[in-house]
Amino acid sequence: MLQFLIRRLGMVIPTFIGVSLFTFALIYLIPGDPITIMGGERGFGAEERAELEAMLGLDKPIWQQYFIYLGNVLQGDLGTSYVTRQPVMSEFMTLFPATVELTVCAAIFAVITGLTLGILAAIKRGGILDHTVMTISLAGYSMPIFWWALLLILFFSVNLGWTPVSGRLDVMFWVDEVTGFMLIDTLLSDEDGAFLSALSHLVLPSIVLGTIPMAVIARMTRSSMLEVLGEDYIRTARAKGLSKRRIIVKHALRNALIPVITVMGLQVGLLLSGAILTETIFAWPGIGKWLVESIGRRDYPVVQGGLLLIATIIILVNLLVDLMYGVVNPRVRHSK
Amino acid sequence: MTETDKSLLVVHNLSVAFGTKDNPFKAVDRVSFHVEEGEVLGIVGESGSGKSVSSLALMGLIDFPGRVTADELRFKTTDLQTLNEKARRKITGDEISMIFQDPMTSLNPSYTVGNQIMEAIEVHQGGSKKERMTKAIDLLRQVGIPAPESRINSYPHQLSGGMSQRVMIAMAIACDPRLLIADEPTTALDVTIQAQIIELLLKLQREKQMGLVLITHDLALVAEAADRVVVMYAGQIVETGPASEIFKAPKHPYTQALMNSLPESSEGKDRLNALPGVVPGANDRPQGCLLNPRCPYATDRCRVEEPEQYGPRGRQVKCFYPLDESGRPTV
Repeated sequence: MLQFLIRRLGMVIPTFIGVSLFTFALIYLIPGDPITIMGGERGFGAEERAELEAMLGLDKPIWQQYFIYLGNVLQGDLGTSYVTRQPVMSEFMTLFPATVELTVCAAIFAVITGLTLGILAAIKRGGILDHTVMTISLAGYSMPIFWWALLLILFFSVNLGWTPVSGRLDVMFWVDEVTGFMLIDTLLSDEDGAFLSALSHLVLPSIVLGTIPMAVIARMTRSSMLEVLGEDYIRTARAKGLSKRRIIVKHALRNALIPVITVMGLQVGLLLSGAILTETIFAWPGIGKWLVESIGRRDYPVVQGGLLLIATIIILVNLLVDLMYGVVNPRVRHSK
Repeated sequence: MTETDKSLLVVHNLSVAFGTKDNPFKAVDRVSFHVEEGEVLGIVGESGSGKSVSSLALMGLIDFPGRVTADELRFKTTDLQTLNEKARRKITGDEISMIFQDPMTSLNPSYTVGNQIMEAIEVHQGGSKKERMTKAIDLLRQVGIPAPESRINSYPHQLSGGMSQRVMIAMAIACDPRLLIADEPTTALDVTIQAQIIELLLKLQREKQMGLVLITHDLALVAEAADRVVVMYAGQIVETGPASEIFKAPKHPYTQALMNSLPESSEGKDRLNALPGVVPGANDRPQGCLLNPRCPYATDRCRVEEPEQYGPRGRQVKCFYPLDESGRPTV
């Protein structure tokens, strides 16, 4: 087990180098540079420009810049934002809880509805329910996130007025930041109704962000369930005289979940990348929106640092999923 | 021996059909037999002759689109056909239980063997976890698993095929069934293990005085173990009778052919005797007697008309020209 953990953690390093190199290269391919953008309409003179370049270290060759950057990262220094002059790490930590809150809610939505729909479709195979679920999940999977978000906003927020259009909390509330998670902070605060407001702000973004993973999980659960229901041990369970419910929940689901869990892990990457779009649409003050804005400002340290941190999180979550896999599947637990 | 009110299981004209209503395929066609308390009934036949489907129908495990019909399906005094699903489940796994062909895939890979045995006890008998655990360990000991106290925590993938089948047997006898159906219990096992498993099954059957339905294509096994034998071909029963009589003088050409195909009857030859052809499938069932394309004695009558079951109750044969003592067809 320990060996497995060390090996998996060891894989973080090459991935890390790959991601840093790639983002570094990519960002220099984007036309425009931070200094021009800082200058705005007035612009800088040649002297001022050279001074700023030297200050930001942009006068050195790119490969040197990369190694300096890498050296700093290895010492835990992700640099400071060109725009806000704040360390990237501290900005990330301030915004990260908002993204986590959103992705966790989206994941909960995706897992609960995805599993339920998948199981129901498998049990009622070939029926109307099955076809409906499969159509919904195909549509959910194919729908562009931004369009889906706009549809939902139009219908639920604009026409019906059930949910707010954007943001995390109504402006009428003032909530002290304790954990950074709005749902928890509003519960801790003494503002009446703040929690419900935070919750209602979360509903649409979570659904939008969770739709694709939900569709993937539903399809995967269905096919995995169908396969398991045809296994000999299900026949054995029936021969024992167990109830349908018990057979499905205890004997089929446990085995059907094994491949689904792997898929869920892969969805975490999708959730974090989907969050970039979702946060921008819903003006959600999280990592995604921060990154998009930083790309616009050519805020190199923020983009690089942000992507590196996201990549690390994805790797760690997948590691966690692999460990969970062992909990569910005894055959993995006992083999090396 | 014939059926009585005291018979453990009475099956009368059991049919199982698959396919559409207009074009049904009868995997089992009007099959009748009975099992007495403490008796071993052997059901033999090639692959595809409907043995397993019949047993699944007895357990109530035939799913849509399969349709089960019978004139009578009685276990002790209970009519199995009129029971609702819940009442049927109460009997299944409790008074009637079953073990299957491939023990390695018949156990759930995600749970320990103890968990799976205890589940059967929990559902039908209840009791505290501790009692169930003690009982499960005792069952594992009864089926000859060494160190049952630690084996109870093993997962199926940690057991060999023979061990898995022993666990399956322990699970099947957990609630002291009156009838145990063993569907080719040794087919998937190593030859050396086969004898051990059969020995175990017969020992348990004698000790507990259970009715045992032993489904197999191994004639030698049936000859040794069974009290009575039912020979099936293409979903129908072609011959029934006491094991000793059937093996001394088979009356149906199919039974004769099965016995000729035993390696013992081909001693000194290069090839084993085999009945040419295969069991007819859904779309190629012949007119008349289903065996006629493969039967060495078939006449024009056999190709047109389907024979009934002839003979006294308990020793019947479905053939126009049952074989005599010398193994020749009577005309």
